[in-house]
Amino acid sequence: MNPVIETFSLTKRFGSNTAVNALSLRIEKGEVFGILGPNGAGKSTLLSMLCTILKPTSGTATVNGFDILRQHHEIRQSIGIVFQDPSVDADMTGLENLQMHADLYDVPVSEVGERITSVLRLVQLEDRASDYLSTYSGGMRRRLEIARGLLHYPKVLFLDEPTIGLDPQSREHMWDHIRMLRKREDMTIILTTHYMEEADRLCDRVAIIDHGRIVALDKPSVLKKSLGGDTIILGIKDGESLRALLVGNGMAEKVEVHNGEVRVTVANANILLPRIMEAAATAGIYIDYVYLNHPDMNDVFIHYTGRDLRHEEAKAPMGKMAMMRRRRVR
Amino acid sequence: MSEVRGIYTLWLREVKKFLREKPRLLNAFVQPLLWLFIFGTGMRFSAGVTEYNYQEFIFPGLVCQAMLFTAMFMGISVIWDREFGFLKEILVSPVSRPSIFLGKMLGASTDVMLQGIIIFPFAYLIGARIGLLVFLEALPIMLLITTGLVCIGLTFASVMKSFEGFGLIQTFINLPMFFLSGALFPLTNVPDWLRWVSFCNPLTYGVDAMRTVMMGNVFVPLFPLYIDIAVLFGFAVVMFLVGTWAFSRTE
Ligand SMILES: Nc1ncnc2c1ncn2[C@@H]1O[C@H](COP(=O)(O)OP(=O)(O)OP(=O)(O)O)[C@@H](O)[C@H]1O
Ligand SMILES: [Mg+2]
Repeated sequence: MNPVIETFSLTKRFGSNTAVNALSLRIEKGEVFGILGPNGAGKSTLLSMLCTILKPTSGTATVNGFDILRQHHEIRQSIGIVFQDPSVDADMTGLENLQMHADLYDVPVSEVGERITSVLRLVQLEDRASDYLSTYSGGMRRRLEIARGLLHYPKVLFLDEPTIGLDPQSREHMWDHIRMLRKREDMTIILTTHYMEEADRLCDRVAIIDHGRIVALDKPSVLKKSLGGDTIILGIKDGESLRALLVGNGMAEKVEVHNGEVRVTVANANILLPRIMEAAATAGIYIDYVYLNHPDMNDVFIHYTGRDLRHEEAKAPMGKMAMMRRRRVR
Repeated sequence: MSEVRGIYTLWLREVKKFLREKPRLLNAFVQPLLWLFIFGTGMRFSAGVTEYNYQEFIFPGLVCQAMLFTAMFMGISVIWDREFGFLKEILVSPVSRPSIFLGKMLGASTDVMLQGIIIFPFAYLIGARIGLLVFLEALPIMLLITTGLVCIGLTFASVMKSFEGFGLIQTFINLPMFFLSGALFPLTNVPDWLRWVSFCNPLTYGVDAMRTVMMGNVFVPLFPLYIDIAVLFGFAVVMFLVGTWAFSRTE
């Protein structure tokens, strides 16, 4: 498969601060690719370089097969971006903002009206279209920006924290819409977010970055599994007999009995749970209650970027980087 | 073609915003009136200029002043765009930097020209007879002045990253350029140093050219018209190139 985006040791330094550090990454066509990371991890800087408004210090990248150092025009024509910070003209109406965008991107004149109507419907702002943006609420402005980013049918859409400030309904709506776009328009979507649930439910793959480097990259399900899998907790009087049963027939390896509860750690609890219930029923073991514990993206995020990781880094002996970071922390 | 469309939409935005800003339009109308009727009347009766009507003398200068202040303000408006984020939307679009600059420049220049033209009817109030022909002769001169001034403003906006410099521009560009242009007093009777400094000011040639076409024989020009025009043209071209260069470097 051809990657839509490929970066080659992409690096950006601001003075002595390395925002993006020799980052190499491939994003395939049609993916919804999530970028997670703590504040200051370098997410926005990475996106700025990919959409050619920020020059890398070293390294390069391709977007839609075009080089970010030399082919600005081609890249800009084929991408859409919703910036983290507001970028609308508040002294203009919603309609005017969209019209300007259509002109800047040379959307065929005969299609402009129709497309504006459809993106406005999508973000449910049809009835506010002729109002000045200064009279919109923050979330409405955000929605207008998203509509604007879609107006020229980009092949790649960058969304820098698109759902920040949106109410749950709008957010849910946005997710549906992003999924639909991916399917219908064959669009590749790269989004950054601080909402772990969003990354989990929306993204095909996520990269967790910290200090400008990728610390983890995979499908959300795989990342969650890498933390050790799901836990099934069964409330049961005779825990030992269930443990013997499960270990005996090879259904699970890690089974603990504790306080009248049996904790079974498995790769996929959703599939295994019915089997366990079945086996217990056949063996005549009575189960009082059951609940599941899935590790979520929050756990994954904390695992890769939390205090633990930084702590280990700081302990690395004599590492120059580590020393510097320590000083900075202080 | 796509570049032309981008330039057009940027031009349209500037003009729309200018016309919508009612307080600014009111200001644009009233300020020259104050200069003309209060300052002008006062000076007319106390400065002792006898060859011509003093109000008629400062009228072309006030047109230039209005254009100067508006040009700086409009040029600097790029800083607002940067501050409120809209500049990013423009910069990430496929429209090239020189075209963005051109669109902004044309839009701001249109505003500045409108600003200058608004003042013309006041000429009748002070008794200056400015016919259609004179008005049409003044327009190209105003256009040259406008282009150069707007490009100065845009250049500053490209270099400055925040509003902090705005007051500096008022003090170090607007007022000196205005006072040193001969807009308010003839440069024929002033000390040499003041005359020479004024000759370094491109606006001096603008004011001089405007007076040449607007005042007729009563006014003795500092320079022949063709020299005024040549200097203004050179000024416009140089500032346009400098502005394009400075703006293309912004990140
Ligand atoms: N224009 C700039 N000048 C100097 N330093 C910058 C600039 N932009 C970003 N940085 C620095 O680069 C680092 C990465 O910033 P970036 O905005 O990419 O983070 P982020 O991952 O998007 O964070 P957030 O989640 O807060 O949006 C930070 O340390 C920041 O201070
Ligand atoms: Mg960011």
